[in-house]
Order: sequence, then C-alpha cells, then structure tokens
Amino acid sequence: MDKAIAIHIEGLSKRYGEGETAVHALKEVNMSVAPGEVIGLIGPSGSGKSTLLKCLGAVIEPTHGRMTLSGKVIYDNGWKISDLRVLRRDRIGFIFQAPYLIPFLDVTDNVALLPMLAGRPNREARARALELLQALDVAHRGHAEPSELSGGEQQRVSIARALANRPPVILADEPTAPLDSERALAVMHILNQMASQSQTAIIVVTHDENIIPTFKRIYNIRDGRTFEEAGEGRALQ
Amino acid sequence: MISLAGRDILHSWGKFVLTGLGLGLLIGVTLTMAGVYRGMVDDAKVLLNNSGADLWVVQKDTLGPYAEPSSIHDDVYRGILGMPGVAQASNVTYLTMQVRKGNTDMRAMVVGFKRGHPGEPSYLVAGRHITRSHYEAVADVNTGFALGDRIRIRRHDYTVVGLTRRMVSSGGDPMVFIPLKDAQEAQFLKDNDAIVNERVRTAANPALNLPGVPGLLDTINALQTSNNSVNAVLVRVAEGHSPEVVAQDIRRWKHLQAFTRTQMEEILIAKLIATAAKQIGMFMVILAIVSAAIVAFIIYTMTLGKIREIAVLKLIGTHNRTIASMIMQQALGLGLIGFVVGKIAATLWGPAFPKYVLLEPSDAVSGFVIVMLICGLASTLAIRAALKVDPATAIGG
Repeated sequence: MDKAIAIHIEGLSKRYGEGETAVHALKEVNMSVAPGEVIGLIGPSGSGKSTLLKCLGAVIEPTHGRMTLSGKVIYDNGWKISDLRVLRRDRIGFIFQAPYLIPFLDVTDNVALLPMLAGRPNREARARALELLQALDVAHRGHAEPSELSGGEQQRVSIARALANRPPVILADEPTAPLDSERALAVMHILNQMASQSQTAIIVVTHDENIIPTFKRIYNIRDGRTFEEAGEGRALQ
Repeated sequence: MISLAGRDILHSWGKFVLTGLGLGLLIGVTLTMAGVYRGMVDDAKVLLNNSGADLWVVQKDTLGPYAEPSSIHDDVYRGILGMPGVAQASNVTYLTMQVRKGNTDMRAMVVGFKRGHPGEPSYLVAGRHITRSHYEAVADVNTGFALGDRIRIRRHDYTVVGLTRRMVSSGGDPMVFIPLKDAQEAQFLKDNDAIVNERVRTAANPALNLPGVPGLLDTINALQTSNNSVNAVLVRVAEGHSPEVVAQDIRRWKHLQAFTRTQMEEILIAKLIATAAKQIGMFMVILAIVSAAIVAFIIYTMTLGKIREIAVLKLIGTHNRTIASMIMQQALGLGLIGFVVGKIAATLWGPAFPKYVLLEPSDAVSGFVIVMLICGLASTLAIRAALKVDPATAIGG
C-alpha cells in the first residue's frame, strides 16, 4: 500500500437495515486523498455525505469495502482494527459545523485536551496547543472561555484542536456553515495553509457555494456514489 | 490530565453551590434528625447517671418509674435498707406536670428527693442545695427559671434556690427538684373540695360508719387524706456486691420489681423511645431517598445539557471511563458541598431546638459516607445516559 496516500477507500458500501427495508447509503465508493491535499465533498442532502464522513471518521463501520489510513488498513470487508477510539484520537482530526468547544475548558486546554488524552504530559500538551494557537493567531485568547470568543475565533480554535495530535487526516463537516463569506474564505485559507504546513489531508464536506471554487479536487456524491471532479482551485489570500 | 469534572464545577460553580445548598439543607435536616435521636438516648443515660442509683425498685409488674406509673409505700425503703448488699436506699417521686411562674407555665418533671440520698441533683451551676424542709426548689437551667424566682407547683409556691444543668426526663423535659414530702403532696394529695366530697361519701356508707365503732370513720378519713406513696426507691449497692444479685433478692423477698442499670437503659432506650426512634428512622430513610432523587435528577439534567459535548469528547477519543468518572466526580462534588453545608447548618441550628440535639462525630462520618454512596449511586443514571451517547451525533445530522 502506498504510504504517500493519506486516506484511501475502495468499494466502500454502507447499508442500513435488512431485506426490503434496507437503505444503501453508500454504494461502492472510492476515494484517495494525498497528504497536504484539501478536497471538497459535496452533494445534496441525503446523498450520503454524512454517512461517508462517519465511515471515514471510524464512527460507524462500513458494510463492505476497504479503507486505509497512511497505509494502515482500518476496514477490510468486515474486518476492522480493534480500537477505533484510539484511532480517532490519534489519527483523525475533526472540525464540526459548529465549533463544539468544551465550554468549561479555556481555549488552551480545549486544544491541549487531545494530546493529554493521548497520554502526553500536561506541559507538553499545552506547549503544543500554544504553538497551534499562535499559528492560527488566537494565542492571545488562550485563557479565554469559548463563550468569550467570536464565531471566527472559535472555529480557528477548533481547527487547532483538530491538528493537536498531528493526525494524517482531518474531516471537516461544513466548517464554514455559520460564517459569512469573508470569514468562510479565511477559514479555508487557514485549512489550506495548515494542510500544506503539516502535510495533513483535509476532507471538507460543504454546501457552501462560496468556498467550492477553492478546491482543486472535488468528490461529488449522489445517491451514495462518488464522482470525482476537478475543482477550480481558486487562490486564497 | 486535567480534571474535567473540576473544571466543569468551577465553570458553573453558581449552579453547583446553589444545588449543593439545597441538598445541604436536606442533609442538615437528616443530620439533625440523627442528633435528635442521639439526644434522646443521651437524655435517658443522663437521667440514669444523675439519679446516682444502682437499682430502681418499683411496683411489681411495672416498668416504672420513667416508662410506666409506679406506686409503692414510702416505708418500703426501710426493709430494703436492711437487706445484704444495700448501702443506701431512698424514696423518690417523679411527676411530669405544668409548673407556673407568674402568668406563664412550662412543662417540667418535678422530682421529690431526700437531701444527701440517691435522686438528688448531682451538681449545681448556681445557688445552693435545698436546706429547708419545704417550699424550696432546684431547677434545671432549661426551665428558664433564675435564682430567687417563685414558681407554683399545685397549691404551693416554691423559691428557686439552686440551678443545675442537663437534668432532664427521658422525654427531654427539664427537671425541678423539691423536697420529697412536698412532691408526695403535689402528686398524691387531693384538693380540699375532693377531700370534703370523699368524707361525705365515706360517712354515707353504712359499712364504714358503724354507730357502734367510734373512731372507724375518722381512721378511714385519715387514711384517705394521707399521702404515703412514692414512685420508686433508688438503691446504691455496697462495694463488692453485685447489683444483679441484690435486685434478685429484692424481687424475691419484697415482691417488688427491681431493675439494674442495664435493664433500666434497655427500658428507656429500647422501649420508651423505640417508637420515636422508628419515626426518626423513617424520616431519615425518606430524606435519604429524596436526597438521592435530587442528586440523580440534577446530575442527569446537567448531563443531558452536555450531550453534544459528550458526543464530541467521545468522537475525539475520550475513554468511556473518563466520561463516567467526570459525571461521578461531579455527583460526589455535589455531595461534598451538600454535606459541608448540611453539617454547618445542623451545627448552627441544633442548639436552637427545644430538645437536646447531640451531633456525634461518628454520625457525621457515617453521614458523609452515606451521602457519598447515595451521590455515587445517583450518578449511575446520568452515566448510563452519557455512555449511550453516540459519537456520530457530533457529525452531521
């Protein structure tokens, strides 16, 4: 398996239910994303975007197919690795539609929580958090509570949290949905910057017409099947 | 690793403190209930200690003098004094009644005793002991009487010459000590109208008013108005003698009931306050259930309010046991706040209760352990809900 591929899925299917009432949410989906690449995953509601994201995020198991993460097999036709929780913690970063920061932790600890969960000493985890917050220009809000931040700042903190354990893949579920077009483009700029700096593959699920032109590569999902398309790859400032 | 529970408590400390305050008041009531029971037991023990007796001799087939009425002749003590192993024996009367001072009256146990014998107040905190044969009294400070106060018991006024402390009946009523003769009169002597009425009834009875037997009617009338009964004889056993053996002798030869200290404690604690203890026990069980329900409800509601955060925590790889531990610690934290508030509240309001409230440190320790157990158990509902949260709910719809 090619280790230069961050995430690779092949023939991935997901079926809910059995018999006549079975719903085939994903049908033989194929996808490859290289390290440092930011791709878009678009499609109408009910097309299977969320199901695919959950399969990629090791939250639900596919019914069939194969998935590898940095060359390591995660699923293979009914077989799966034993500890998906640790996989999610160490190898996959998540960015959500709303930032979903932990309200009772300050900004630094929201980011440092992941390295701490992975067993890093508190000091090291906080140093890593500070490094990311500096890179994302929110270090000055390190001791603030999430509720004291603007929407854009919260989303930057959630990006920092996703990067905290240096995962090879980040899954972003409509990360620009609550933002205006200017801030949405700013978030995409940050994601592209982080992807190239840390060589992290980022898969962005979106409906946002404003940011779709920024992707170089897009997977359009319809009726549970993916269709790869070339994006405009518009430059971000 | 940072303490998620600690941070959450600090973040919403107002909610925790207010909830803990409410829970604490409930815990305070529970601790006070335990204190009331302990106070009753202690009152009973103090009553026995202060009597200075080893044996209580009472009317046969009764549990007197505290738990049941008992009446024996006041010369019985002479026969008891002559028995082997008896060092001292003295008559006493006990009567719980209303005593009046000015326009107010209060409930007290009036004790009739002989100076220098078992049954007298063991120590004074002010004034002096009774030195006159009549109309002087020593009162417990809880009666509210002061030295020199004039109090009315039945038909006579008594001057308070001494004050004592922690002299209460098993029911918690403060004691007033008066000379034995006065106490006998207060307990057994009828009022003048009743005596006149009794004399007329006796004179009208041809069997008691025989024309050929002069002096019979006078003798009967004299017997009816005399008061030669007491409630008990308190006995001090001589050194080297077993109270149980002396009690057996009294039961056998005097046809009276004699109780040792252990038996008296059994009567006062296991029998006299048994119903009250069960009542208190029921209250405590209900309060414990209410406290558990409150903690469970609060923690459950707080957990439901964090479902999305819990889903995110699970999604980013937080272990189930970390989440369970966070909820458990919050419940225990709530219990800790509640216990501290409850203990302070019970300590502050305990002395204001009319009856003695004894807050034992051992009860506080047991209470703390029980509160923690209840909080731990109450958190299981919330933990169950949290562990059921699907991490997938953090993604998409």
